[in-house]
Amino acid sequence: MTTIQAPAQPSARPAGTGIPFTRLLQVEFRKSWDTRASFWLLFAIGAIVLVAEFIAAIVLAVNNVDDVTFGTFATVAGFVTQLLLPVLGIMVVTSEWTQRTAMVTFALEPRRARVIWAKLGVGLVWTAFTVVFALVMGVVFNLLYGAIAGGTDWSGGAGVVGFVITQAIAMLIGFSWAALVLSTPAAIVIYFAYLFALPTILGIGSALMHWFKSFAEWINFGQAQSPLYDGFWNMSGSEWGKLVVSGILWLAVPLALGLRRIMRAEVK
Amino acid sequence: MRRVGAGWQAVTMIKVEGLTRTYGAYTAVDDVTFTCEPGRVTGFLGPNGAGKSTTMRIMVGLTPPTKGRATIKGVDYHDLPNPARTVGVLLDASAQHGGRTGREVLTLSAMTMGLPASRVDEMLHLVSLSPSEAKRRVKNYSLGMKQRLGIANALLGDPEILILDEPANGLDPAGIRWMRGLLKTYAERGGTVLLSSHLLHEVEMIADEMILIGRGKILAQGDRTALLAHNTKVETLATSLDNDALSAALSAQGFAVTPAGDGLRITAEPVEVGRAALEHRIVLTDLRSGDGGLEELFLQLTADTQREGVVA
Repeated sequence: MTTIQAPAQPSARPAGTGIPFTRLLQVEFRKSWDTRASFWLLFAIGAIVLVAEFIAAIVLAVNNVDDVTFGTFATVAGFVTQLLLPVLGIMVVTSEWTQRTAMVTFALEPRRARVIWAKLGVGLVWTAFTVVFALVMGVVFNLLYGAIAGGTDWSGGAGVVGFVITQAIAMLIGFSWAALVLSTPAAIVIYFAYLFALPTILGIGSALMHWFKSFAEWINFGQAQSPLYDGFWNMSGSEWGKLVVSGILWLAVPLALGLRRIMRAEVK
Repeated sequence: MRRVGAGWQAVTMIKVEGLTRTYGAYTAVDDVTFTCEPGRVTGFLGPNGAGKSTTMRIMVGLTPPTKGRATIKGVDYHDLPNPARTVGVLLDASAQHGGRTGREVLTLSAMTMGLPASRVDEMLHLVSLSPSEAKRRVKNYSLGMKQRLGIANALLGDPEILILDEPANGLDPAGIRWMRGLLKTYAERGGTVLLSSHLLHEVEMIADEMILIGRGKILAQGDRTALLAHNTKVETLATSLDNDALSAALSAQGFAVTPAGDGLRITAEPVEVGRAALEHRIVLTDLRSGDGGLEELFLQLTADTQREGVVA
């Protein structure tokens, strides 16, 4: 055993300064890739997008599909990322609980809401990276396809803004429910139920009950997001209303309740 | 900053007032009040489940109290601007992401506190985690290594106060000795230490002040002498070259004497036994107080809170 060094030297430190938000963002960003699980999730998002685009390009070329555009490739990438970005959003929050690091994190910064906002910021940063990557892949594969099939069609680019917004929303839904349930599997189940089971259930309800259709439109967040692809500047008042109402239900409410829970939770 | 100057005396480093935490009908911490002063190691001692950890979690804002208040240098932990620069905290050495390396764990804390990366190396060196150990993932650490990492994490921000929950847990004897030295030096330099343990001997050797807690309530507190004053049991264990003569001499003076192993158990202070031996020219080979010291007191006080029931 080594001898004891001075455990603490007197230091001239600025005791009065708090932790700036930018520093929390940096720390949370580092936490989002510095473990094997988080690193491989990020790697998987990139790899799966690449593979999906590759398969799509081959299938489209083999079948000699006519109307292949940039939008086709962007949609393929978007389908993959809307499955994986929420998982990222979920793990950013829940890893603190499953690994119990929340004890250290919240001892270092007891203003817990700031940590959660920093995590949300990190989720958005990764969403931005992912979206850019997906769009770049869309461009690359559209060029490749054009080179093989002859003739490159760049239409479908108008949906880029909607694409960015919906991807961010997908991540935020995962994040919000994760904050509320604080469990990785539970949050993933909720997200996939929202993504796949909910539209089906609402569809059946609408088919069976006439009145239900107009009601379902106000809670079907996925459906309410589709006008975004035609540009949010083209959306009607009713479309905005449905987007906001269903958004409050699926995003704002779980996030608010989740924040409240995290603020009050006993961390052990 | 670390020296106990005149200006520092005014502010109590740790102040816990009427702290209570209930979980439904169960009271984990019951009206706990104490203070911790600079330059002193305060030992928080109690059986498992006595409420030590809950009290410490409340102090650092991880558990909301039901009633009462805990302050650090006069303010709530929540109101410390960069709390880890004032209070070093180790509550659970296992509460670390198993997938991160030891160095990464410290790097994240250092980043949060706004410290240079060189501080991480200093701390790794201080707690004797070698560079190759620091590169290993925490899930491959032994409990003792996790404990060292946790202590490094607590000392990282050069705090004036340390709050450590069972820091000796999992350390080998040499490690415990090392930590004892570390904390003593830290306190001698004016630092304030609060550490908990369920092991009396561990606390006894290091703490200047002790707080005995059982079933959420403080049973006794003070330094060693003050605590021993609680102990009313008077008993001496003595062995001599002529036990029969000693026994007769003491019995004659009215003390109760019973044989115990090779020696005698006498209901008297050691000084009385020594005097009797001297008067009768009996050679004593062993003479010690049989009151059991702090351990006896600890067991007495916590008797009704021990899981084992009545302790003889």
